Amino acid sequence: MAMVLENVTKLVANEKHIDSISLDLEPGTFNILLGRTLSGKTSLMRLMAGLDKPTAGRILMDGQDLTRLSVRKRDVAMVYQQFINYPSMTVAENIASPLRLAKVSPSEIERRVRDVAEMLHIEDLLERLPVELSGGQQQRTAIARALVKDAELLLLDEPLVNLDYKLREELRTEMREIFKRRRSIVVYATTEPLEALALGGNTAVLHEGRLEQFGPTIDVYQNPQTTRIAQAFSDPAMNFVAGKVAGNHLYLGATPPAPLLNHLSGLQSGDYRFGMRPSHLQLQRTTDSEIAFQTTLDLAEISGSETFVHVFHDAETWTVQQQGIHNYRMGEETQVYIDPARLYVFDLDGHLVVSPEQNSPAPSFRERSWPE
Amino acid sequence: MARIDLKNLAHAYRPNPATEADYALNRTNHTWEDGSAYALLGPSGCGKTTLLNIISGLLKPSEGEVLFDGKNVTSLLPQERNIAQVFQFPVIYDTMSVYDNLAFPLRNRKLPEKDIRERVMEVAEMLELQDDLKKRAANLGADAKQKISLGRGLVRSDVAAILFDEPLTVIDPHLKLLLRRKLKQIHARFKLTMVYVTHDQLEALTFADQVVVMNEGQVLQIGTPQDLFENPQHTFVGNFIGSPGMNFIPCRVKNDTASVGELRIPFRAKDHQGKTIVLGIRPEFLKLHAAPLQGTHKVSIKEVENLGNCQIVTVRFEEQTLKVKVAEGQEVPAERGFLEFPLEWIRLYADGKLIEPAMEPPPGQESRQ
Repeated sequence: MAMVLENVTKLVANEKHIDSISLDLEPGTFNILLGRTLSGKTSLMRLMAGLDKPTAGRILMDGQDLTRLSVRKRDVAMVYQQFINYPSMTVAENIASPLRLAKVSPSEIERRVRDVAEMLHIEDLLERLPVELSGGQQQRTAIARALVKDAELLLLDEPLVNLDYKLREELRTEMREIFKRRRSIVVYATTEPLEALALGGNTAVLHEGRLEQFGPTIDVYQNPQTTRIAQAFSDPAMNFVAGKVAGNHLYLGATPPAPLLNHLSGLQSGDYRFGMRPSHLQLQRTTDSEIAFQTTLDLAEISGSETFVHVFHDAETWTVQQQGIHNYRMGEETQVYIDPARLYVFDLDGHLVVSPEQNSPAPSFRERSWPE
Repeated sequence: MARIDLKNLAHAYRPNPATEADYALNRTNHTWEDGSAYALLGPSGCGKTTLLNIISGLLKPSEGEVLFDGKNVTSLLPQERNIAQVFQFPVIYDTMSVYDNLAFPLRNRKLPEKDIRERVMEVAEMLELQDDLKKRAANLGADAKQKISLGRGLVRSDVAAILFDEPLTVIDPHLKLLLRRKLKQIHARFKLTMVYVTHDQLEALTFADQVVVMNEGQVLQIGTPQDLFENPQHTFVGNFIGSPGMNFIPCRVKNDTASVGELRIPFRAKDHQGKTIVLGIRPEFLKLHAAPLQGTHKVSIKEVENLGNCQIVTVRFEEQTLKVKVAEGQEVPAERGFLEFPLEWIRLYADGKLIEPAMEPPPGQESRQ
């Protein structure tokens, strides 16, 4: 059953929380709402659930208008940031509660509770009370309860945000598995680009209550239609440099002219904004065609397995993302390199002109002969 | 600034602890160098806050001693320890001006007003509070208030150590970078002994010269971020640091060789009798090839996650699931691939603890670094 949002708008005290959003969501799809705090993710979910009514626009499920239908009459399940469970019920009773309400037979309830508990690895905790569980186990219970009734619409509002980062990583991987096999429409809100990429599916980028772009997650990531989307869907944020094309040459900032190759070859003469992903900037030259910028090293931030080196270039601050842990001294002059084949090109209004060519998807290896 | 020694330190919140599980902090002996920045890192409940509270004097340990520059301070109250503390939420006087807030710890110690002024101006400049000095603290935002808290922690140059307990939690994400930079610059300039507790891995690893990784009341490793990444001393550290964490594969042991399938790693087996031996290697160091090369091992490909700037490939090897980090745009075979285990990045663990490389590599293989 497909869900269709038609020009949905929500005004709260004359403020547009949701601004004319249209969206088609197919059954069996995983859909991410990506945006900062207050971008409208939760507001949109509440409208989808029927917890709030839109000021204008319609919400259809399989062609049927649900706009005015209350949440009680809709087939929807929701998981929140906070771990919400019934404190006086065991894990099993918590998971079973929506089925009890729906008057499902006890034997059927037992079977489905066990199935979903196994899926979330809490089958050994069924007799415990929520207070006896860790945060991760509590959220697993809440997710299990949302999954057990097999609702046609499942909404998850930043469900992992309150968990330790290792647990988050673990649950994220499991979610991919769990949702692969479902027919529900799943909608998942997050502020983190990396989480969206790790979960896959489709992504809708929200900004100030507006839908900026919707499509397969990796496609939105690789072809952000505006600089704003590129910023929102990049962690660390995309780096920008002003530049121009004149004749057959590219001039980035104050760098010497470079030839227009590959995806850049069709560019008209004029001024542009060029976007460079942190992972595409390098501190060592690897090929002759790379363009070099003079920069000053700022702080290097270190995650467990990567180094984010911040550098100053003119008035801009850029980030260079490096694999592994490296040490740098703040204040040192250094060169930063970019392969022009990696450049995103935006016009001066911030609209995408052309994005880098992606390597074609993995060829079918079955066609090749493999030594056994 | 002071060197901090932890001697036979342990803490149990309940009396008469019997087993390790009764201790919130298990027996620890460490020396923290004067002028270094330490971060305590671990999952919630690992004992990092207990340890910080023992160092600050908020908690008296049930066993052992804390020494500042050789002086036993175990029984001293926080205010008798000559330390500065910065907490998660701003601790400031709302009715005072920013200047008076910053000057307060110095006036308390009866410094001449001229010296106070010099020091306050210096700290205000570092934290970019110069323009706010005359404002009342109450009128400032949460970020600015926390900057004042940091400033009050930093303003005294004679403290033994500055302790930070999740100091950037209330700070807006885009300002966090600025404050991390400030803390790093301040540390480089004044060589203060700093101890920092946070659950944010990026913050801990960025801030610290030395990271203290804890789990279940144990200090598992103290090392630079690079050490933790390249040479985790414990399987917990290998998994906890880095995303995804280190891969571990149980080994068969025969004579002086640990093996997984055709992969063989020499080690001194008699030093580790009866222990479980596992091989550890990070996803970043495994190399996935489309065709067999010498020394590669056949694996089946289970899943490819495209994370944009890299791909995480899940493979099955000898009935184990491994993660391999593959460069953006690199072709990943659809069904089968060939995995290379660079010898210099293979680590062996006995009952969770790193085994130091001890033997000559077999002929024909490169030596381990």
